[in-house]
Amino acid sequence: MDMLRRTILKGASASGMLTVALAAGVLKPEQVLAATWNKSAFESKDLDAALKSLGASAATESKDIVLKAPDIAENGAVVPVEVTSNIPNTSELSILVVMNPFPLSTTFNFSNGAVAEASVRLKLAQTSVVKVIAKADGKFYTAQKEVKVTVGGCGG
Amino acid sequence: MADPMKIRAQMKGDVAEIRVLMSHPMETGQRKDSAGKTIPAHYIQSMNVTVNGKTVVDGQVGTSVSRNPVFGFKVKGAKSGDKVVVSWVDNAGDKRSDEAAIS
Repeated sequence: MDMLRRTILKGASASGMLTVALAAGVLKPEQVLAATWNKSAFESKDLDAALKSLGASAATESKDIVLKAPDIAENGAVVPVEVTSNIPNTSELSILVVMNPFPLSTTFNFSNGAVAEASVRLKLAQTSVVKVIAKADGKFYTAQKEVKVTVGGCGG
Repeated sequence: MADPMKIRAQMKGDVAEIRVLMSHPMETGQRKDSAGKTIPAHYIQSMNVTVNGKTVVDGQVGTSVSRNPVFGFKVKGAKSGDKVVVSWVDNAGDKRSDEAAIS
């Protein structure tokens, strides 16, 4: 916690500094983290269950979601995936790996100027469809792409 | 506390591009070690990015994310000098918070 020491020492004469540290969350990281982990979605063992837990069972296909992922991934342990939603007011993006033991990999909520775009690196156990769910104005949209895997990325 | 994150935050036009490399084993709980014992699940579950104290990305993460996760985001309306703070919490309750200024 060197940051904390330095902040406090620097701010000893100016109590304003401590307020800045508090507001920035340096003092209490757990207070900054608002996302509650969606246990039922992340522990769903198949796509339908995961989509149901996300509320996205009726997601409609959209060409306004751009999903960049390799056609063939040589190393299933690290597959780069980039997702962008051009649907206006997209507040949330979820990325699923359909053939993985637990398909849901990530869910991101965007606010305060964040663009509805995220890049991640995923483990793919085997050749699989990678599916994106975008939530905009309470409605769900989806796009997907198959990624072929030559060496699976989940096992030891 | 875990190893520090590497955060790179740069302005590209009017958008701040934030890239973060986290140090974490991201064990799925499905692997066995050489003795045949199952390695327990140990993975980041939630992460958060703030710019000047305001949350821009709130993320939930599962076991399908690679070891030493790398995430990239873009934020409009940010500017050089703004402070980016990235935090994470894992399933064991370990946490980490690091910051960088947008260049």
